[in-house]
Amino acid sequence: MKKFVVHSAPHTNVKTNTLSIMGCVILALLPTAIAGCVMYQLPAVFLLMATTGTAFLTDLVVRALFRRDRTAPDGSAAVTGLILGLSLPPSFPVLWAIAGSAFAIIIVKELFDGIGKNFANPALTARMLLMVLCMEQMHTWTFPDGTVDAVSGATPLVQQATLWDLFLGNTAGCIGETCAAAILLGGIYLYLSGIISPAAPLAYLGSFALLTWLGGYPVLPQLLSGSLLFCAVFAATDYTTTPITKTGKVLFGIGCGCITYFARHYGGYAEGAGFAILIMNLFVPLLDRIAAPGAFGAAAKRAGK
Amino acid sequence: MKRLNGITLPFRKITDMKPIQPIGTPRYVRLPMLMHKGTPCVPAVSEGEHVAVGQVIGRAEDAQAAPIHASVSGTVTALTEFTAEDGSAVPCVEIRADRDQVLSPDCKPPKAETKAEFIAAVQASGGVGLSGAGVPTAQKLAAADSFDILIVNGAECDPALSADCRLMTETPQDVLDGISWIMKMLKIREVRIGIMKDKIAAIKTMSDLCSTQKGITVCPLPAVYPQGAEKVVVFHTCGRIIPEDQTAADLHILVLNVSTCAFIGQYMQTGIPLIERTVTVTGSAVRKPGNYRVPVGTPVMNVLDAAGCELETVNMLLNGGMMMGSCITDLNAPVLRQQNGLVAMKKYRPPKKSPCIRCGRCMQVCPMGLMPLKLEEAYEKQDLQALRKLHVSLCMNCGCCSYICPAHRPLAATNLLAKAILPENAEGEQK
Repeated sequence: MKKFVVHSAPHTNVKTNTLSIMGCVILALLPTAIAGCVMYQLPAVFLLMATTGTAFLTDLVVRALFRRDRTAPDGSAAVTGLILGLSLPPSFPVLWAIAGSAFAIIIVKELFDGIGKNFANPALTARMLLMVLCMEQMHTWTFPDGTVDAVSGATPLVQQATLWDLFLGNTAGCIGETCAAAILLGGIYLYLSGIISPAAPLAYLGSFALLTWLGGYPVLPQLLSGSLLFCAVFAATDYTTTPITKTGKVLFGIGCGCITYFARHYGGYAEGAGFAILIMNLFVPLLDRIAAPGAFGAAAKRAGK
Repeated sequence: MKRLNGITLPFRKITDMKPIQPIGTPRYVRLPMLMHKGTPCVPAVSEGEHVAVGQVIGRAEDAQAAPIHASVSGTVTALTEFTAEDGSAVPCVEIRADRDQVLSPDCKPPKAETKAEFIAAVQASGGVGLSGAGVPTAQKLAAADSFDILIVNGAECDPALSADCRLMTETPQDVLDGISWIMKMLKIREVRIGIMKDKIAAIKTMSDLCSTQKGITVCPLPAVYPQGAEKVVVFHTCGRIIPEDQTAADLHILVLNVSTCAFIGQYMQTGIPLIERTVTVTGSAVRKPGNYRVPVGTPVMNVLDAAGCELETVNMLLNGGMMMGSCITDLNAPVLRQQNGLVAMKKYRPPKKSPCIRCGRCMQVCPMGLMPLKLEEAYEKQDLQALRKLHVSLCMNCGCCSYICPAHRPLAATNLLAKAILPENAEGEQK
């Protein structure tokens, strides 16, 4: 007798898959990566290749060792590696960057069961680890013209840079974080292609801008400098480590905005965006619970009883 | 008015312009005793007996069943067993057709003066919900003491189906007759006919016909899947929210499928019970997709032949539509009386699932405001408390979540399993 496929309904599905989503994210990161490579040249290229390649290979090897299904081909590990690379200063030692990338994949991602299960943003956790371990290298900023700015402990919240410089990235900073124009381009692309919701980035930037304005600081230079914009667009929109509901996303963004503001102006580390995201990552289960969508007719049921 | 979430399906119906065609009398029919939601009927004939068209061959033992009638005249060749969709084995009557199609003398227009008589007549007609669920119509009519409003469900939101759409375009008078009978007998003053916005022809014919009728309005529904589910169609036609633990009948709302209404209209006029139905036959393996008038119990093979399907290329067969249909594994399986579609697909490979990435798309499309990804997690942990808290009972298995999931996880199917492990749903299958 002829055999037929038996399959649970529905019998049709979207073409979108994890690979195509990750492909879009990589595409959105490209302007930033290209801008970084153009400005900081070869060291930046090597660094990005090292972190991205390491993340991909580590994911492949570790999942094989753990006897899990392969997920590296879906591009998620490469995205982690690329984001980590973009958040490092161009002069950062490549070996440390490789170690950081492996840490992101093995400890932060795979030990928590891999893609979709980790609670903290892997790239940012690795970045913070490197920041703590390699204080000096992490705060050595290279200008696009090759001069080095070694203001210890400070971030490129450069006071002397003009707004235009900040917008185009003509300043010292991490590879992918200086060129605001490229980040915005990537963010707008992700929004238009339906990959991300603008709720979290807008709430993040909005709340931060409001606090900065209330605190009497210049709003635009604060928004455009440091890793704020990069984190808002690419880390506050990570599927796995941010809330799934719109209300949750807004609360998450507001939390990030507040923490960033206080870290920048009152904290020991002048750069707070990465920490803000990581701390808010811990609130995600809570936010998901309190901002759950109202089930249809559930309220009526309670009222009726 | 806010509309409920859903998905926009990218394909266009290819059969909604195809007129309904009869496929003729098959050589034999198989009539399972469970072609409705409820308890199976009991065979009322024995092997070798001669039956006429419309003769009762399956007796309904209680209100949870609707009697089954012979769809052809001929000889009962065997009483066999049939595996119903839920896996239970039910008796099945096989009839070899003599092609005379002699009508049983029992088939005469019923007399109904009162509500009770009308409901009894509908019960005797074997009328069931014709859009797939198959709830006995008499049971629905008797579900509440009185109804304030009748909602005629002409949504037919599945992209593969067009039987209801054709019916409304070709024989709208039958629908109106059925509605008039129900209005008169159940003393309902208000009727709303919900039709999806993109069915322009159906909306036009129904509106033209109903413009002179008092109390009947046609409500265009959003062109978003799903629309046909009871809670959704009630919300989109009259803006009322059915509480989680209640049904439309609890709010004195009667929801009937448009084909069911048309059937009641015809039955009250002719007395011929439910022995034929319109089935949309489509799919990549079908060369002449269209809407076919099929005697109940016809083997799907014959229907596919009539639609020019190359049987050897078929890889997947569906009873129903693309979104909620169930797989058929046997070319000899009969067309059931609640079956609205027959889809034959070439080369269908179920998508490979990958880990959930928590993108939240399932939640964004859920019409019921559920969180399928959390439900899946709770089901994997067998956490009954969490399943209840997440309102799993609200899931109507429309399949939007599974459709949209980029990780291709079978979320809708998981919800079915999750509902089944809740102790309060233990006997829920009989409902």
